[in-house]
Amino acid sequence: MSKHPRPSHPSLLITAWQSLPLAAAKLDPRHVARNPVMFVVWVASAVTTVLAVVQPTLFAISVAIWLWATILFANLAEAIAEGRGKAQADSLRKTRTQTMARRCIDGGEESVPGAELRLGDRVVVEAGQVIPGDGDVIEGVATIDESAITGESAPVIREAGGDRCAVTGGTTVLSDRIVVQITAKPGETFIDKMISLVEGAARQKTPNEIALNILLITLTIIFLLAVMALQPQAIYSGGHLSLVVLVALLVCLIPTTIGALLSAIGIAGMDRLVQHNVLAMSGRAVEAAGDVNTLLLDKTGTITYGNRRASEVYPLAGVERAALMGAARLASLADLTPEGRSIVEFVAAEENSEPAENELELTQAGAAFVPFTAQTRMSGVDLPDGSQVRKGAGSAVAAWVRAEGGQPADDLAAIVDRVSGLGSTPLVVASRLPESAPKVLGVVQLKDVVKPGMADRFAQLRAMGIRTVMITGDNPLTAKAIAAEAGVDDFLAEATPEDKMELIKAEQAGGRLVAMTGDGTNDAPALAQADVGVAMNTGTSAAKEAGNMVDLDSDPTKLIDIVAIGKQLLITRGALTTFSIANDVAKYFAIIPAMFVGVFPGLQALNPMGLHSPNTAMLSAVIFNALIILALVPLALRGVSYRPLSASAMLNRNLLIYGLGGIIAPFIGIKIIDLLLTLLPGLG
Amino acid sequence: MTPALSAGLTIGTIAAVLAIIHVPLGSWLYRVFTSPKHTRVERLVYRLVGVNPEVEQRWSVYLLAVLAFSTVSIIGLWLLILLQGFLPFSQGRSMNVDTAFNAAVSFVTNTNWQSYAGEAGAGYLVQAIGLTVQNFLSAGVGLAVAIAVVRGLAREGTDRLGNFWVDLVRGTLRVLLPLAAVAAIMLVAGGVIQNLTEPTTITSLTGGDQVIQGGLVASQEAIKELGTNGGGFFNANSAHPFENPNGWTNLLEILLLLAIPSALPYTYGRMVGDRRQGAAMVSVMAVLGFGAMATMMWLESVGSMEGKEQRFGPIWSAIFASATTGTSTGAVNSLHESFQPLAGGVALLNMMLGELSPGGVGTGLYSMLVMVVLAVFIAGLMVGRTPEFLGKSIGSREVTLAALAMLIAPVLVLLGTGVALLLPVSAGALSTTGPHGLSEMLYAFTSAANNNGSAFAGLSADQPFLNIALAFCMLLGRFVPIAAMLALAGGLASQQRRPVTAGTMPTHTASFAGLLIAVILILAGLTYFPSLALGSIAEALS
Repeated sequence: MSKHPRPSHPSLLITAWQSLPLAAAKLDPRHVARNPVMFVVWVASAVTTVLAVVQPTLFAISVAIWLWATILFANLAEAIAEGRGKAQADSLRKTRTQTMARRCIDGGEESVPGAELRLGDRVVVEAGQVIPGDGDVIEGVATIDESAITGESAPVIREAGGDRCAVTGGTTVLSDRIVVQITAKPGETFIDKMISLVEGAARQKTPNEIALNILLITLTIIFLLAVMALQPQAIYSGGHLSLVVLVALLVCLIPTTIGALLSAIGIAGMDRLVQHNVLAMSGRAVEAAGDVNTLLLDKTGTITYGNRRASEVYPLAGVERAALMGAARLASLADLTPEGRSIVEFVAAEENSEPAENELELTQAGAAFVPFTAQTRMSGVDLPDGSQVRKGAGSAVAAWVRAEGGQPADDLAAIVDRVSGLGSTPLVVASRLPESAPKVLGVVQLKDVVKPGMADRFAQLRAMGIRTVMITGDNPLTAKAIAAEAGVDDFLAEATPEDKMELIKAEQAGGRLVAMTGDGTNDAPALAQADVGVAMNTGTSAAKEAGNMVDLDSDPTKLIDIVAIGKQLLITRGALTTFSIANDVAKYFAIIPAMFVGVFPGLQALNPMGLHSPNTAMLSAVIFNALIILALVPLALRGVSYRPLSASAMLNRNLLIYGLGGIIAPFIGIKIIDLLLTLLPGLG
Repeated sequence: MTPALSAGLTIGTIAAVLAIIHVPLGSWLYRVFTSPKHTRVERLVYRLVGVNPEVEQRWSVYLLAVLAFSTVSIIGLWLLILLQGFLPFSQGRSMNVDTAFNAAVSFVTNTNWQSYAGEAGAGYLVQAIGLTVQNFLSAGVGLAVAIAVVRGLAREGTDRLGNFWVDLVRGTLRVLLPLAAVAAIMLVAGGVIQNLTEPTTITSLTGGDQVIQGGLVASQEAIKELGTNGGGFFNANSAHPFENPNGWTNLLEILLLLAIPSALPYTYGRMVGDRRQGAAMVSVMAVLGFGAMATMMWLESVGSMEGKEQRFGPIWSAIFASATTGTSTGAVNSLHESFQPLAGGVALLNMMLGELSPGGVGTGLYSMLVMVVLAVFIAGLMVGRTPEFLGKSIGSREVTLAALAMLIAPVLVLLGTGVALLLPVSAGALSTTGPHGLSEMLYAFTSAANNNGSAFAGLSADQPFLNIALAFCMLLGRFVPIAAMLALAGGLASQQRRPVTAGTMPTHTASFAGLLIAVILILAGLTYFPSLALGSIAEALS
């Protein structure tokens, strides 16, 4: 199976260069007005420009230029983030190009443009044709190439009825003929949603973003007041301040860094999900992922491989281990189920030798294989010499032994119980030599193999305060053993969709946020109820509609990555907010002494950076303020580095880096810029 | 003993006494406000005013009760002051309409800014049934609001915050009155006067006439400190020998004004069911409060005696000044404008922090909670979760309300100072020019907007413009945060509590306490640094 991961992004510099025109176009005040902090900068830039034209000094002109640069850099950050999505959207859009649909009408079919299909229409699609819209297969079975949306080149099978009936518009039927009932209106199909998502067009501010914006506006008001109140105080003190200086101070103080990067951080967060082949239907869902307290994980496919594998054999008293293994292998040679294969592989690995004979040789020698059926619940082989080997469920094999005149050994039941107690499935092996009664040889342990590394991941989740609950249809005994091995915190055994729903509601009643994955139609209510419901792309359209995310890879393990991405998004916002506010301390020490050193020479003591002159000091702060946005664009797009840690460890770490770092960094940056500015004539 | 050692011992003694009393006092406050029982006297009061004490109020109703009660109090006190000339025990004293309005607002908002001279403006009757009564009730209102706000954090799934009338009556009758009575006796024992004597005129050594006032001083003095009020019986306030005769009464007054505000975090910890929260909060208050105190002591250790009482000296004056500005009390035992410029700046900064180190009775607790909410929001995102505090999500509603509560004082101070410096009518009231004059104006608006009430001295504030401007600062500075915090608490009470996990940002740890201190200092610093630079810092550096 070849896999085409989403094309990685082109280098940041190239994207930045390509995004420049868009960034310049976004200088339009109507666009900037959507971001209150940057709008203040816009007004400040306009005022400074007018002042610089009226009274052109090098200082005023430089401030005006750098203020416009501040907005441009903010726009650039947003444009780069959007630009990344645009490329993806363009390739998606190609798949949406006008396809003609063959709509079924009474007794025949008609050709209509795909865009004219309505809910409930039935369309015929044959090999080589593109499916015109989202829908469910109601007739037939076909292989379908979904690489247009999943990036996965291996074809998938879709068939009428069951949980694999959903098809997506824009994908191609590779073989056979199906009839699809349309379930999405034109313009609201999966591909349409994807396009608007990756382009950020449908992006709405998330609750946390709204709250953060309020904080940023509050800070802006405080600084606006502090600057407004400064002029009367300055006049009183005998040092009238020029408007350019006041405007420069204001822009340096208001939280421009986070204000400029906030929208890019949000878009980049969604983009990171898309890179993981997950589509979130809203930014709110991504944030909720960061808040999740409880993960409901399906055992099969997520925690275990899903196939039971032979892991040990238990011979009965008086039976050679080698004899048991030989019989088990013989009985499994024609068994193509994963369990059967695993027995053959297990024996080969244990005996560390090439098998004596294979299925083909045996068949040629006249052996007859007995396939597994739901009625007999056993499989095996009848050899030409008349001997027979059987393997199967304990009760079925015991019944066969008795029917053929034998007597199952007494210690069998104990072994079967012990293997069950380990969370494994016991498979009983019996054989019968020619002309004698059959005899039970022993038990093969079929183990549900837990994926490697799961216990570690669950431990990490626990450290982050997230509880994992394993959902399984197994009996409680088996479930308990697997839960213990995998290291999950809790399990729900013999789970029905109703049980799942109950569990989610109980968790939520305790104030917890729940995330789960699901694919079947019967998962839909639970997916809708969960705070984060990740539907598998292979699932039904009901499931996809109910969840707030869709995983194109249909990999249930990804829930863990989704949580990490959600957290990373929030951490990035918080870290840059902290950094932005902490920056102000240094800016004050650059600007305030510079403003008033003329009136009160003693204030030079507040200039620990030893900045050259009032003009260079103020300009350095303005330039730093603009450049720091540019410098943080990669971080905003990538997200701050994230490791699963407890909240208190994470707080300490990020406070140190972004809080303390945010206080120190501008002292160094402003000093360096000041040193460079002193080289320019006319500013000193 | 080196000065550093003696300073350390002094602070250590104050801290030790407060540490000893904060547990029993905090527990007592906890019992007072959580007990279901009413005393017989309380029942009588409820029956007289027609209140059903068993009915709890929504935040909006609680707020309405606070506002109604305070409005009636202001109008009543205003009228009492204006009409005192027609009433007995008034010694013929009177005030202008605007001065009386300023005084009424000032005492009802627990500010106790006095633009009138204590003994010259208010007769015995106004002092006793007007000012002293409001000293109790305004502190009681602050306490009630703080308790209601804490209930919002402690409760879940309800929209009720308690009954304002019950909280006010209990706080006054069970806490403030008995404590004030004990304190008054201790003050009398220390030499504070308590009489109804007519003023006595004596001939002084230099031959001039001197009028010696009497009055019910000790009883007012006790609640003046205990209720973090600060309005002096005499104009000289706690520098007057009848209010604060010696070192012992000085220490007692300092302890009285710190007692309830520093015990309330313990009550808060008990009420939210996690004493560590209260311990973290009181630690933050202690670091800020004692930090400011130590700084002022160090700055004053140069030993200048200007504007200080001989019996207290620079160090005990600095301690008193730090305690009074850190508790929104506003009582003074020295002239704050005579401090070293930077020490005066620290006194200013104490108020600019928002009166939370440890702040006024009740107000200190909810002012600190405002900052906690903001700190939780700023840093909470950094742990990768929607910020939450005590299991309650801090979303846009909470941030908006906390921001409003935090924003009002800077708005009033910065705009007020700016306008007043430009207008000749108010700029002319300054006693001097230059940075010191700027500090006088800045101090007046900072003191009013943060409901402190202390004066830098120097500013002739008894004039219509400043009286009314400062009265509005006091009103908005008091009731906007109260409204915002009650609304915040109402929302939090109805929220479902989220369980605490390893993923929850802890708000009781040393690192959160450090963060909270940083947020408080940086927010105040960023807001006021330019003003301080042009005032106290420029004065110190020139």
